Amino acid sequence: MDFFLQLLVGGLSVGFLYGLSAMGFVMIFKSSSILNFAHGELLAIGAYFFLALATWAKLPIPFAFLLALGGCFVLGLLVERIFLRPLIGEPLIFVIMLTVGLAAMFKGLILLIWGGNLYTYPEFLPKILEIRWGLIRIPPVYGAALIIGALFLLLFGLFFKFSSQGIYMRSVADNQRAALSLGVNVKRVFALSWAIAALVAGMSGIVLGIINGVNVHNLSAIGLKVFPVVILGGLDSIGGAIIGGIIIGLLETFTGGYISPSLRDVVPYIVLVLILLIKPYGLFGLKEIERV
Amino acid sequence: MDAILLQLNNISVVYSDVIQVLKGVSLAVEKNHIVSLLGSNGAGKTTTLKAVSGLLKPENGRVTDGTILYRDSEIQNRAPETITRHGIIQVLEGRQPFKYLTIEENLRVGTATRWGKPYREDLEKVYHYFPALEKRRRGLAGYCSGGELQMLVMGRALMAHPELLLLDEPSLGLAPLVVLEIFRIIRRINEEEGTTIILVEQNARMALQIAHYGYVMENGKIVMEGTADSLRENPDIREFYLGMSAAGAAKSYTDVKSYRRRKRWL
Repeated sequence: MDFFLQLLVGGLSVGFLYGLSAMGFVMIFKSSSILNFAHGELLAIGAYFFLALATWAKLPIPFAFLLALGGCFVLGLLVERIFLRPLIGEPLIFVIMLTVGLAAMFKGLILLIWGGNLYTYPEFLPKILEIRWGLIRIPPVYGAALIIGALFLLLFGLFFKFSSQGIYMRSVADNQRAALSLGVNVKRVFALSWAIAALVAGMSGIVLGIINGVNVHNLSAIGLKVFPVVILGGLDSIGGAIIGGIIIGLLETFTGGYISPSLRDVVPYIVLVLILLIKPYGLFGLKEIERV
Repeated sequence: MDAILLQLNNISVVYSDVIQVLKGVSLAVEKNHIVSLLGSNGAGKTTTLKAVSGLLKPENGRVTDGTILYRDSEIQNRAPETITRHGIIQVLEGRQPFKYLTIEENLRVGTATRWGKPYREDLEKVYHYFPALEKRRRGLAGYCSGGELQMLVMGRALMAHPELLLLDEPSLGLAPLVVLEIFRIIRRINEEEGTTIILVEQNARMALQIAHYGYVMENGKIVMEGTADSLRENPDIREFYLGMSAAGAAKSYTDVKSYRRRKRWL
C-alpha cells in the first residue's frame, strides 16, 4: 500500500510538471495552429539560463529565477519577430519545419556553450517543503513545483478570462479574420503567445532541472513527451494539457513500479497511438460547435 | 452639401496578381449618410468594402490603381490595424462571431482599437440597442441564433466607436421580421450616433428604404448611382432588383408574352 501511495504521489507530481511543460505548447497551437517542435529546447534554454545566473553569476536564487523567466520571455518575442513573422501567410507546414530547424539550432547552441555534461543546481529549497507522511516522502522540489505550477495556472486563467489582451489572444485563436476586422493586432498576439509559451516552458525546464539535473538531451527528450500529453488532453485545451500530463505521469510511474522500469518511457507513446485511434480530438479538445 | 468622408477614385483590385475583380470603381460617401451598394453576386461589392477596410491584404488582394481617400488622406493598401484605428470598421459577411467566447467577451474584442480599452459604458450602449444580447451575455456565442449573432457582430463593431461602418449583407439568411428589426437598428445607429454607413445588400428593397444614396455594381464596375428615391423609381432597378415590372405592378407570370427588359447600361 505504501508503495502504491509513493508511486501515486510521484506520478502526480511528475505528471503535473509534464502538464506545465505542455501548457506553453498548447498556447502556441491555440493562437496560431503551429506545432512547435522546438518546445523541448525551450525547456532546456530556461534551465540553462537559470543555471548560468544562479551558479556562474551567483545571483540570489529568487532574483535569478525571475531574471531567467524574463530572459525566456524576451527570447520568445525574438524568435517570433525574427523567424516566424516573415512566414505569416505561408503554408503551415513551412512554419512547422522551421520549428524543427529551430530545435536543432538551439540544441547546437547549448552544446556549444555548455557541452553535453550533466549540471546540478545548488541546494536552495527549504526543507519545510518536504512532506513526510508515514513511509511516504515527497522531496521539496515537488512541493515547490506544485506551488509554482498552481500559481501560474491561476495567473494564466485570470489573464485569459478577464484581461483585454487575454481576450484578444483567444479571439485570434477563434476567428482570425474577424479579429483582424476589429483591429486586433494579430502580430502582437502571436508575439505574445510565443513569449508566454517560452516563459512557461522555461519555468518547467528549471523545475525539471532541479529534479533531474540539467542536461540538454534529457530536457529535449521531455519536450518530445509533450506530444502524448497534448494529444491525450486535446491540442487546444490548457486544462486538458494539465490533466493529460497527470495521466501520462501516473501511467509512467505505475508501469515503472509494477511492470518494468524499461517499459516506462514507452507507455506514453502507446497511449498516444491508442488515443489517436479512439478519440482523435483528445479528452478535452474542442470539436466545432455545430449550430443546428 | 455635407462633407465627403470617403472617396474612392477609380480603383482597381487584383487578387493573387492575376484576377481582376474591380475595374475602376469610383464612389463618394457623405458624412452621416447611409450609402447602399447593390448588385448581384460576384459584382465586387464585398471586394469594394475590403479595399476600404484593408482586409484585402490577408486574402492576397491589392489595390493596383486609383486612390482611396478617407478624410483627405490616402488609405489604400494600408494594414487593417492602421485603418481600423482611423475609425473604419467592417462587419464581415456571414456573421463571424468568436464562437468559444461569451457574448460579453465578443463585445470586448470590439474595443481593440481604442486607447485604454474601456468597455463598461459601451456595453450598456450596445445592450440598449440590442436588448436581446443582454439576456445571453454569459452564454457562448457559438450557441446563439442567426439573428442574435447578427446583432452581436454589429454590437461588437459599435464598441469601437466607428466613424464609418461597413456592413456586408446584414440580412443574410434571416427571417423577414428579424431583417426588419436589424434595418430599424441600422437607421437608429446612423441617426443617434451619427455613424456613416456603407451597406452592401441583396435585399435591395430594404436597403433603398433606409439609405440616402445608392450605387449599383455589376462586373466590377459602378453602373448606376443616385439618391435612394430616384433609384427606387428607376425602371431598370425596379425590374432587376425589386422584382416589379416597369409599370409598377408586381410581376405576373401569367402574362402570355413576357419579354425580358434589357439592361440599359450593358
